[in-house]
Amino acid sequence: MILAAPPAHPGFLSPTGVEVAFLLVGLVTLGAAVVSVTTKQLVHAALWLVVALGGLAVEYLLLTAEFIAWVQVLIYVGSVVVLLLFGLMLTRAPIGRSPDADSGNRPVALAVAAAAAAALVWVVWDAFRKSWIDLEGPAQGSTGVTGEILFRHWVLPFEALSVLLLAALVGAIVLSRKKPEGERD
Amino acid sequence: MHLAYPAVLAALLFCVGLYGVLARRNAILVLMSVELMLNAVNLNLVAFDVWLRDALHAGQALTLFTIAIAAAEIGIGLAIVLMVYRNRGTADVDRLRDTAESPETPESPESTAEKAEAAA
Amino acid sequence: MTTTTLAALVPVLPFLGAAAGLALGRTAPGFVRPLAVLPTLAAAVLAVLVAVRQGGNTVIEAATELTPTGSVPITLGLHIDGFAALVAVLVGVVASCVQIYSTGYLREDPRYPSYAALVSLFTAAMLLVVYSGDLMVLLVGWEIMGICSYFLVGHYWETPEARSASLKAFLVTKLGDVPFLFGLFALAADAGTFRIDGILSTVASGGLDHPTLVALLLLAGVAGKSAQFPLHTWLPDAMAGPTPVSALIHAATMVAAGVYFVARLLPVFAASAAALTVLAVMAAVTMVGSALAALAQDDIKRVLAYSTIGQLGYMAGALAVGDRGAAVFHLLSHAAFKALLFLAAGAVIHAAGTNSLTAMSRMGGLAKRIPDAYWTMTVALLALAAIPPFAGFFSKEAVLVAAEHTALGDRPGVPAGAGWTVLVAGLLTALLTAAYALRLWLRTFRGRGAEAPHHGRQPIAMTSVLWVLAVPSLGFGLSALVLDDWFDGESLLPTLTTAVLGTGLAVAGGAVTYAVWRTVAARAVPPMATPHVAHPDADAGLVEAEALRLPHPAEDPADPGRVLLGPLHGPAADGFHLDALYRTVFVRPVVGAASLVRFLDREVVDTYVSGAANTAKGLGWLVRRAQTGNVQTYLSALLAGSVVLAIAAVALANAFAGA
Repeated sequence: MILAAPPAHPGFLSPTGVEVAFLLVGLVTLGAAVVSVTTKQLVHAALWLVVALGGLAVEYLLLTAEFIAWVQVLIYVGSVVVLLLFGLMLTRAPIGRSPDADSGNRPVALAVAAAAAAALVWVVWDAFRKSWIDLEGPAQGSTGVTGEILFRHWVLPFEALSVLLLAALVGAIVLSRKKPEGERD
Repeated sequence: MHLAYPAVLAALLFCVGLYGVLARRNAILVLMSVELMLNAVNLNLVAFDVWLRDALHAGQALTLFTIAIAAAEIGIGLAIVLMVYRNRGTADVDRLRDTAESPETPESPESTAEKAEAAA
Repeated sequence: MTTTTLAALVPVLPFLGAAAGLALGRTAPGFVRPLAVLPTLAAAVLAVLVAVRQGGNTVIEAATELTPTGSVPITLGLHIDGFAALVAVLVGVVASCVQIYSTGYLREDPRYPSYAALVSLFTAAMLLVVYSGDLMVLLVGWEIMGICSYFLVGHYWETPEARSASLKAFLVTKLGDVPFLFGLFALAADAGTFRIDGILSTVASGGLDHPTLVALLLLAGVAGKSAQFPLHTWLPDAMAGPTPVSALIHAATMVAAGVYFVARLLPVFAASAAALTVLAVMAAVTMVGSALAALAQDDIKRVLAYSTIGQLGYMAGALAVGDRGAAVFHLLSHAAFKALLFLAAGAVIHAAGTNSLTAMSRMGGLAKRIPDAYWTMTVALLALAAIPPFAGFFSKEAVLVAAEHTALGDRPGVPAGAGWTVLVAGLLTALLTAAYALRLWLRTFRGRGAEAPHHGRQPIAMTSVLWVLAVPSLGFGLSALVLDDWFDGESLLPTLTTAVLGTGLAVAGGAVTYAVWRTVAARAVPPMATPHVAHPDADAGLVEAEALRLPHPAEDPADPGRVLLGPLHGPAADGFHLDALYRTVFVRPVVGAASLVRFLDREVVDTYVSGAANTAKGLGWLVRRAQTGNVQTYLSALLAGSVVLAIAAVALANAFAGA
């Protein structure tokens, strides 16, 4: 496949329109993610997470994986973040700036993350800087295609996953159920 | 489109999530960071799926599974955090230190006395 | 029963008695006394029987090898010649006397059961030494005696003197035992056997490669056990034990073992002229020095102790001039009168309530209080001073005759110098012996002052034994007529020259002492409070234990020994400062080395040990710091590690790819 890729594709200095859009949205996503993990306001962190996840959905669209993009919007932006916000509220997270949002582990975390980022980016760049994604042709992730492969080739894992989801649902209910007085777990 | 763009973006997002997991104090924020990391992986999966033009679309299928599992994880995780908060009054990760060794000697007089009482 | 079986029973019986006594001592106190006396008595009877059957000139040899023991076989063997038979009789009789005497002497002692058992064990060990035909088995008995003497001398272990005396006895004899052991090994290596008859035949055929070395090594052990100069210092201190123990050690067992050992292996020693010379010089120094020291002692038992050393010197001298018959003859007669002397001294101490001669000399009528002890002690002292016709006269004359023969060159293979040394020292010692014997007698029984308190009659067990022992002290010398058959066949009868010389010197010494005593005793003695025991009516053993702790009165001007010795008195009273010398030369360096070792151990070796511990502790502390309980920290470390590994893997892959 790599060898079969067109030998003469545009360089990095002459980006296509899709690339420009991907880059811009990518920058917004990354920025939103960074703000989300650094902000002192807990609720803002959740909201910035919405921006980051939404940006990712756009990226999926740009990669022609439209079904994934909508699922992303539905599940992450629609439910996960809402769940997280519920969680924040249920644990009485302070509204507004909380100076102790970051633990004392922060310098170590920064160092590890930076080292990991450097290593990963270096490796990824080194490996894939000449690879080219051909986005022409039929969409790779249209709903029809996705449904077809999902229910033709991935039915069994899909069903197993549904059981797992059910188990998780039951587990979450059991865990978060308020115990009657006098009963201890 | 160059494959490097999504790949590098995914790597950076992953590391941002990593930072968040390690640096955040509130357990719910830690869960958010975990979501970020999962999404970075998802982006990778989608990008490579498209790049490789996989006939089975394994990348996209796996992305869907990951999203489902992430949803399950966030549900269970939040339930656990809620229970911890209810029991301890805090959801701060760095205050849950029951596994730490106490600064005193392991066999403090009180504990031995208690043991003796228990034995009696 | 065959003679061999009888002979084997002789050491076994007291051993069984000791074991039974130790086992039953607490549970059945009624059995202790029979168990102490009867086996020893039976052993004595059996020893007599063995001696009668052996008849003096036939050698009984019996040996059984229980198990192969490597290059040099060790056998359980008997080797009974005339010497062994007679010495065994002596040991049995004296030990029986001591056991009987002890039943009276230590009547109320709470530790009597263990004491009696140890005495039995002591006896058994000595009988083993006497009968054993194998040097390794002999060594077993030899060492058992060492440990028994340690326990018995320390019988009154509440007193610090007894504790240190028992330690000293053990250590000093052990100091000789180490070279003794080496000597035995060297001897066995040369002869290829530990059997005595094998060794003697090897020596007879000239098969001994290093006679001087072997003989000198063995002499060290003999000097330790038989209290010869320079290892004699333990014996006077061993007086801290009960008097019967002293009698046993001095007469029959411990000190006799060394002399007996040399007598038994005399051909080995005779093979080396150097060893004989050393033995002669050792004997001469011991004789004269101990006689001088005896003249200056204040403690009645220490006088006797020094006299024992001196008499042992005679025996060693006889051995040095190559006449073991004379040596063992003197050993036998000396055992009789020395056991008597000690046992009588025990009675005297009990009656007087003190062991100080000075205190006794200020006490009138002691002789009337204890007539048995008075008469028997007189007999024994006359024997000690070698006045004819008492036993000591004949045996001492035998020694002097042997020395004279050697000095005149009548005995081939023995240097004449050794003979002269022994002869001169022996004659000088005869003079001194008579002097201190008379001094002892005069100061004990001819005291002037307040009447001695009356504590009732001595127990019959004590007095009867005294008379039993008085018989051989008086008449044993006459056996010189028949005993030569039992020994090497040389005549033991005195010759005119030595008899006149020896007796004359003894009488002279006695006369001078008496004259001096008359003179100084006439001087006005300042009335001084003399210490006495607080409970004079108690059991004899308890009185002695108490007397041991009494301070000795200050210098007494009425002491004839003081006048006789003149400036020598101070050093002689102190044993010629040998203890102080040893303290300076041996004890101090050893103590210094010990403290150095302690310092090295505490400060240097332990530093490594505690350093290791502290290092581990510090590391543990560091590791404990890492265990914060904070999950994020753990996760950071985990991820940092994975990043490092990943980078390393990538870098390595690149490096190899580049290569």
